[in-house]
Amino acid sequence: MDMRLQISPGMLRSEFVSKITELSGQDINLCYQCGKCSAGCPMSFVMDLLPNQIIHSVQLGLTEDVIRSRTPWLCASCLVCTVRCPKGIDIASVMEAVRQISLRKSEDFIDLAGLERGTLAELPAIALVSGFRKLTG
Amino acid sequence: MIKKALVIGGGVAGIQAALDIADGGYQVILVERTPSIGGHMAQYAEVFPTLDCPQCILTPKMVDVGQHPNITLLTYAELQRVSGEAGNFKVEILQKARKVDHTKCTGCGTCWQKCPAKVPSEYDAGISERTAIYIPFPQAVPAKPVIDTGHCRYIRYMEFIEGGEEGKKPPQCRICEQLCPVGAIDWEQEDQIVTEQVGAIVVATGFDLMPIERLPEYADDPDVIDGIQFERMLSPGGPTTGVVQRPSDKQIPREVVFVSCAGSRDPEHGVPHCSRVCCMYLAKQAMLYKHAVPDGQAHVFYIDTRTTGKGYEEFLQRTKDEGTVYLRGKVSRIFRDGDKLKVMGVDTLSGKQVEVSADMVVLGMAMLSSEGSKELAARLGIATNEQGFFTESHIKIDPLESTRPGIYLAGTAQGPKDIPDSVAQGSGAASKVLGLFAQSESTSEKMVVS
Amino acid sequence: MSYYPGCTLKTKALNFEASAIAAMAALGVNLVELPRWNCCGTVYSMAEDDLAHHIAPVRNLVRVSEQGSGKVVTLCSFCYNTLKRADLLMRNSPEKRDAINAFMDEEIDYQGDVEVVHLLEVLRDDLGWEEIAREVKVPLEGLKVVPYYGCTLTRPQEAAIDSVENPTVLQELLRVLGVTVLDFPLATECCGSFEIVSRPDSVTERAYAILGMALRKGAEAIVVSCPLCAHNLGQQQPKIAEKYGNFPGIPIIYFTQLLALAVGISPELCRFDLNFGEVEALLEKKGLLPQCERSGVGE
Repeated sequence: MDMRLQISPGMLRSEFVSKITELSGQDINLCYQCGKCSAGCPMSFVMDLLPNQIIHSVQLGLTEDVIRSRTPWLCASCLVCTVRCPKGIDIASVMEAVRQISLRKSEDFIDLAGLERGTLAELPAIALVSGFRKLTG
Repeated sequence: MIKKALVIGGGVAGIQAALDIADGGYQVILVERTPSIGGHMAQYAEVFPTLDCPQCILTPKMVDVGQHPNITLLTYAELQRVSGEAGNFKVEILQKARKVDHTKCTGCGTCWQKCPAKVPSEYDAGISERTAIYIPFPQAVPAKPVIDTGHCRYIRYMEFIEGGEEGKKPPQCRICEQLCPVGAIDWEQEDQIVTEQVGAIVVATGFDLMPIERLPEYADDPDVIDGIQFERMLSPGGPTTGVVQRPSDKQIPREVVFVSCAGSRDPEHGVPHCSRVCCMYLAKQAMLYKHAVPDGQAHVFYIDTRTTGKGYEEFLQRTKDEGTVYLRGKVSRIFRDGDKLKVMGVDTLSGKQVEVSADMVVLGMAMLSSEGSKELAARLGIATNEQGFFTESHIKIDPLESTRPGIYLAGTAQGPKDIPDSVAQGSGAASKVLGLFAQSESTSEKMVVS
Repeated sequence: MSYYPGCTLKTKALNFEASAIAAMAALGVNLVELPRWNCCGTVYSMAEDDLAHHIAPVRNLVRVSEQGSGKVVTLCSFCYNTLKRADLLMRNSPEKRDAINAFMDEEIDYQGDVEVVHLLEVLRDDLGWEEIAREVKVPLEGLKVVPYYGCTLTRPQEAAIDSVENPTVLQELLRVLGVTVLDFPLATECCGSFEIVSRPDSVTERAYAILGMALRKGAEAIVVSCPLCAHNLGQQQPKIAEKYGNFPGIPIIYFTQLLALAVGISPELCRFDLNFGEVEALLEKKGLLPQCERSGVGE
């Protein structure tokens, strides 16, 4: 990852930022980076960007960093971030918005054909349906 | 123009306002709802950034109030009704029954040493007990007790007898009465209404700390305490004589976590405002903890460190130099895991979720307006904001005037602030009162001349 | 009472359904399966413009409306959450409601007139602990468990069946049944949920954290209300043992199974054979299984 950032008004007002706002229905400018979402996230231990970093990256219009991050795909939509956010941002919905942007370009996170038969047989329907709903388009 | 002022609230802001008006030569009535003046400042161990002990700097002012010829001190009293206008307010003050005749009482202390009824001490923020007949703390002004009628055994007994209740009689007690060498206990004493006329009013009713229960994710655990409780623990005159010990088992905590913005800057679960003092007092507490437990580790979780006062940033640096670790992020959850408290936080600077196994956690709880502020505002005919802090006439250029002429604001009643700002506002409000009184003098002189 | 089963209760969680139906019958409540129900979608769609995915849950609500019962109960926490939030959306967003109703033009319009409840709410609010206590035939004394709510019963706030941070309904029920309930700070921590499909290793870690604390607290079983939690907390145990060693394992039990057992339903009907862990052996050890008449009771 390139650690340099050349910021421009274009990035801040990019289509990506407005798309996230539109899809999530959330005002991400409310975020003041307290990090409470990341502090309580049960999946942050496997993420590459913490939830607060995703939000901040969206604020800055860092489209590629957000789209390439595995964080939104590891979000289990457990909503701990959402219920504890001091500013009332539904962070899980922001994650959903990021996923949707990729999924609508037919970029699935899991390869259905690649799942083993044994795994498919072992998993309950609730896991398969929810997993496919969240992680495939 | 009645050249007599009413000051409501006997914390450091109200004390300063009362002293300055009184020193200016005018009569002051200082009304305080608890049994002693002193306010929150009297609870603190040492104050930032000088580490003065409040007893050393506040107690002399409290004594001055008690002895000033121009100050009438009404403790255990509350303002009930106000009418009139600037220059001529008629006020009714409820003097709650103390059940102790203060004209006879010498403050010898026999009664409160022997009273068998125990109640959580407000002054020690619940970490110790007081008796039902009590002075809130040794330096109290006045140093004469009141009987807490809700907890006095004899009063309970009388209520039981008069109520004709069934069951076992409570003990009759009356130990204080038997032991009082001057016969000052007065069971017949009732609440009284004191009526006064004043020309100006200063509102200095202070703040309350948000109760920890309002943040359920931070655990219902004896070792999770608030900032004032920790002040009492750090205080050499406090219930632990300054020894830092966790409440659950009295062990010395080896690792302590301090959580900033607990309820502050949290419009969803707490209050939207910054409480302004937590950054500094948590830095001070972490420092004092390190002084008390040199091999202990203090961690402060913070969102921003707001050190805007004189000498404050330097003080914060000293805390860090002395070994306290600052982690940038908010704590999401605290829960008990065996002997330890698991603190689930984050350090957004390193981009890591942080888990600390702590022995004790101190929460920098939000400052709220003092209980009953909105009701008091209604009685005074002045405005408050949504949180109950009194509204200034103009936040920039009339910060001491309330929304009604003749009524002035001082201290945290107007909004969260630290001690120097509270004292400055106390003096400022006093100067407004003195100005009002002097103005009418010059006006009347002119009238005489013409 | 209209009952919505959902996909997994008809497949891998037959024990959840069977025990619930039997227990509720013993308590005088007939759970009547909703006719022509379809998949609820399992997860609530959170994208503002994604109305299509609300059709599945709303269609189920239409089925309930047609029944005229006005109320539907679920056992599965996921189904509860999805149906509840779909109902709230239909009640609170008139524009989206109209669009969804217009799209489903073969159905009657849904007006937000169905109450979606979880079985724990029925037990607490409709029957009440006192009434349930009167029906307890076999107090489950000596059994030490921790309650596990997972995510979907208490989040988001508007769909929570109890306090978001410190729910108590499950503990209250279990205590009525005579069970010893241990304090469990991880009761509402996520198990990893559907990440089991894409990132099973991360679910192993989640399960290890949750199960590890349950064991440290001295629990003999974890009581759940969600088939996905049951799967994740159960099926990861062999992997945890493999990865970390020295992991004794802990059975996973649906709350309805303990309810059924306590109100006198035969253990066979509770289908403990489908649970993860040696539940029967645990209950046997505690003397909580009827010694004779191993079958027939309650049938």
